[in-house]
Amino acid sequence: MKNIHIKNGCLIDPKNHIDGHHDVFIMAGKIAGVGNTPAGFVAQEVIDATGLIVAPGLIDLAARLREPGYEYKATLESEMEAAIAGGVTTLICPPDTDPPLDEPGLVEMLKHRARELNQARVYPLGALTYGLQGAELTEMAELTDAGCIAFSQADAPLTDTRVLMRAMQYAATFGFSVWLRPQDSFLARHGVAHDGEVATRLGLPAVPVCAETIALSTMLHLARETGVRLHICRISSAEGVAMIRAAKQQGLPLSCDVSINHIHLSERDIGFFDANCHLVPPLRSVRDRDALRAALQDGTIDCICSNHSPVDDDAKQLPFAEAEAGATGLELLLPLSLKWAEQGKLGLADALARVTQHPARILGLNVGHLSPGAVADVCIFDAEHYWKVEATALKSQGKNTPFIGMELKGRVRHTLVDGKVVYCG
Amino acid sequence: MNNPQLNKHGELQHLLTTEGLPVAILRGILDRANSFMNIATGSEIKKVPLLHGKSIFNIFFENSTRTRTTFEIAAKRLSADVVNLSIGSSSASKGETLLDTVDNLCAMHADMFVVRHAQSGAAHLIAQHVAPEIHVINAGDGRHAHPTQALLDMFTIRHYKREFHNLRVAIVGDILHSRVARSQIHALTTLGVPEVRVIAPKTLLPACVEQLGVQVYHDMHQGLRDVDVVMMLRLQNERMQGAALPSAQEYFKYYGLTQEKLAQAKADAIVMHPGPMNRGVEIDSSVADGTHSVILPQVTFGIAVRMAVMSTLAGAG
Repeated sequence: MKNIHIKNGCLIDPKNHIDGHHDVFIMAGKIAGVGNTPAGFVAQEVIDATGLIVAPGLIDLAARLREPGYEYKATLESEMEAAIAGGVTTLICPPDTDPPLDEPGLVEMLKHRARELNQARVYPLGALTYGLQGAELTEMAELTDAGCIAFSQADAPLTDTRVLMRAMQYAATFGFSVWLRPQDSFLARHGVAHDGEVATRLGLPAVPVCAETIALSTMLHLARETGVRLHICRISSAEGVAMIRAAKQQGLPLSCDVSINHIHLSERDIGFFDANCHLVPPLRSVRDRDALRAALQDGTIDCICSNHSPVDDDAKQLPFAEAEAGATGLELLLPLSLKWAEQGKLGLADALARVTQHPARILGLNVGHLSPGAVADVCIFDAEHYWKVEATALKSQGKNTPFIGMELKGRVRHTLVDGKVVYCG
Repeated sequence: MNNPQLNKHGELQHLLTTEGLPVAILRGILDRANSFMNIATGSEIKKVPLLHGKSIFNIFFENSTRTRTTFEIAAKRLSADVVNLSIGSSSASKGETLLDTVDNLCAMHADMFVVRHAQSGAAHLIAQHVAPEIHVINAGDGRHAHPTQALLDMFTIRHYKREFHNLRVAIVGDILHSRVARSQIHALTTLGVPEVRVIAPKTLLPACVEQLGVQVYHDMHQGLRDVDVVMMLRLQNERMQGAALPSAQEYFKYYGLTQEKLAQAKADAIVMHPGPMNRGVEIDSSVADGTHSVILPQVTFGIAVRMAVMSTLAGAG
């Protein structure tokens, strides 16, 4: 393992409140020093970061790697390439694989496959119920031993509130977190777009906002009742945000994320049936989008995630409602987080906190910062470099995103995991 | 955003929806349809050679006898070669995607597609996919649009009412699931109808429908008061299953068009229906067959309007 000297860069480490020109020294896979050369340090590799930002590696709370079961959409190889090209060094994958991640063996296999590739760190979410069927609890303790970091239903419904309460109670017994995306499956049935002006105009089956708020209300009540640590995934509406804000003010141990798509886009981006905008949850109104952006700023929403869901082209070349929902995102997490901050007249550190420090806190992992002694997961990027999102240039096997053809600012130059350079761009 | 229906000269390339259609194009189609009326009614000349040598493919992924037949007659009166494909719902089970089907037909040198599909946006998808010399006519996509129906409705209104700027029009029934209603609303507002009303129970209205430029009524007596045109919509039987309505009987009592309710409208009001009708559900037979009804002339006008659409498209690009 090489000693690496990252010199002349601008170090932004939100957790340690560092934002300035400091060199970073890496030894034995760990941060050996910041600013001053540690005693006895001899560099074996020097990275010249002149004009670049040196930041902790990004943490993505939602990245579907599609393994096992959907290898025709994406593979671990392709999506790990995408992750490191996007500066993402830690990623959380939802359990909605085929079969779902409900058995320790499956989780061990996935962890093993990921470790072999030796790129980003992969932490699976275990299925909260067997087969994500919403009926029987999984062996959460065993799954945790196998490597699951929390438990989730992904986008599968859990309509039986008694099962949901039991699942939360059981998770709370062991101190496990439960991650849920709020959506009432009856109200959302067949829906593919926000129940508003655009769905009405285009004649698309719709998902009303109350599908989110009713499910969220149930989840918040049960979290209060059971004392479970609840993480709300992919919030999409202004009303949902207001409920989370109120619950946090009441002291509920609650966290929340939003996707890169929902802080930048609205139902209007569907245009004339652009299947790239067929997303879960649906893109909502401009008012909702603005509320999400504001909530991200005031801390109601803790993190930005990519909600990376690679879809094969054939599955998108269909009429809007039949097209598969999802968009690639790992390579867009950084530029779209920076864009949010810039549009809100915030600094780079504000954007980076929401993809490093805050997700690390939710995960309870000692990553997402560059304190001496921490693992050397580093993202070095050019914050001023514009690049055009082009399908052929994306490393991800998923080539579909609403941002195709757009110019974005912020390009990753080097990604380090465990003190090893895994990506150079 | 580019209007996907127009070519770079602003001419009609595809007819996908009445939304965003320039009023000049809309009026142009109605005028052209007027000139086809003699041919359409078959009274003097039966055929014109405008589309001679052109191949028109009717591809219907959803069953429809009436609409397909009127397109077929319209194409034949323009001397085009017509191929009918009723693909139904079986194509998906055979594994062929919509665009694969279209590619195959393009390889057979189609000049124009008339498409009906159960999914909103299907015609847009095809229009984006085909070569620039091929034209697409949307003959109904999901709940989204049915522009030729709306155009023939506009033709009918103009035939009986002469102008649009002084009219009060009511659309009654299942607006939520109706592609006809959406296309009618856009056509009426584009042509300058100052007051378009929709009348339906809340379960059959989409969210924010007033943003389409209509006034919402739940009471049919109020909604029909002093209107010049009553446009009825077909009520699908499956609405009784989806908890949208309790029964056909109750629907007829409150939203079925009867002589008594029609008395609220102007004395010279016309009654329209896109067909096929459910007598005793959305319309009483005495109204359907009564003096205000223009339901059968609508069908005749439909041929002239579809001829106008096809020849307009063939003239573009």
